[in-house]
Amino acid sequence: MCISVPMKVLEIKGQRGIADIGGMSREIDLRLLSQVKVGDYVIVHAGFALQRLDQNEAEETLSLLREVLAHEAPG
Amino acid sequence: MKHLDEYRNAEFCQDLSREIARVAGRREIALMEVCGTHTMAIFQHGIKDFLPPNVNLLSGPGCPVCVTPNAYLDRAVAYSRQDDVLLATFGDMLRVPGSSSSLIEERGRGADVRMVYSPADALELAKSYVHKKVVFLGIGFETTSPSVAAAIVDAHEQGVKNFFVLVGHKILPPALKVLVDDDQLRLHGLICPGHVSAITGCGIYEFLARDHGIACVVSGFEPTDILQSVLMLITQIVQEHIRVQNQYRRVVPDEGNPRARELVEEVFQPKESPWRGLGNIPDSGLVMRSSYMDHDAEANITAQVERTVEHAGCICGLILRGLKTPRDCSLFARSCTPEHPVGACMVSSEGTCAAHFRYGRFSNSA
Ligand code: SF4
Repeated sequence: MCISVPMKVLEIKGQRGIADIGGMSREIDLRLLSQVKVGDYVIVHAGFALQRLDQNEAEETLSLLREVLAHEAPG
Repeated sequence: MKHLDEYRNAEFCQDLSREIARVAGRREIALMEVCGTHTMAIFQHGIKDFLPPNVNLLSGPGCPVCVTPNAYLDRAVAYSRQDDVLLATFGDMLRVPGSSSSLIEERGRGADVRMVYSPADALELAKSYVHKKVVFLGIGFETTSPSVAAAIVDAHEQGVKNFFVLVGHKILPPALKVLVDDDQLRLHGLICPGHVSAITGCGIYEFLARDHGIACVVSGFEPTDILQSVLMLITQIVQEHIRVQNQYRRVVPDEGNPRARELVEEVFQPKESPWRGLGNIPDSGLVMRSSYMDHDAEANITAQVERTVEHAGCICGLILRGLKTPRDCSLFARSCTPEHPVGACMVSSEGTCAAHFRYGRFSNSA
């Protein structure tokens, strides 16, 4: 029940929004977040968006990972 | 979504696996995950197969359905038996066995029990069925309580007088304290729950690192997220530089979501609460504040609740404390299966017994 999934915000009307998950659209509640824009990915749990998914941080985490693995001793 | 493939990249996982083995060396390291979604992901992706035998991953009390005690379920069952009650719940709760019945059995006998996806849907039910008392089962950790608080505020503001919540919400840090105080469980590090932290922020784990020497990493849920977090934990432990780190920065800002916390504060206050397996823990649960008491199920709807009995032979409690695994339970996969669950840990897909049952037998390290 604690499943929280990323969805893409398609429309915003006040504190309600429409978001896409795998080609299906769902109504979500946006009141827990400020500054959500159409096109953002948000983490949705029980119909409420809990956080934005930050694409820059997503890239940053991966580059850190690549860096760690690049230093790994071969074999 | 960009990047998702990379977070599932098998080559990265292999590389991380080698690096984990190298950094860990021969040290015996015990790590625990305390989030049902992590438990599920760890089994689903076979994460344990990527770890050397001296790095042990334990499951903790991270499944909200599992830690909810029988007494709560018995009350829910009692409500469902009343003709004027419509009971609305997240789907996972339907099949959890209470002392003598479950909500799905009651539904079979004619009770009006509905599965909802969001507490907002339960509020809509209350608006449609004005002659019924709509009781929503409010369970879950910090991830879930903001959405339930929002539905209660809406009910209050919109004057929906027939909307009630049976509050069973839990707060994680006090339970973590009980775990690390347990001498039988020698834990070195904690894979901290990403979506709880999305609300609370990373500060709630500070006391574990500072006072208890437990390495903490807030982790995402993809395979490389979990393995990277394990590597970060092991590095902390080996270098003896214990602290709280955040691997899941793309979703968890260090300060969490203050707006969501304010909403929870507005509606609820902390109180001692009973956990399956861990007993009563001070300040580990939420109760309704007096200003919203009109929507509290217990305060407004009386019920004939049966005497609570535990299921003989079920060791869910010990499993939730990381002291036993499902294989230690004599009922596991015999009389207790996902079709016929004896205990809560076999019901929810996030439950440790259910995860072992579903994926464990195909994995040599389960
Ligand atoms: S296998 Fe079933 S009976 Fe055994 S601990 Fe798990 S839930 Fe309880």
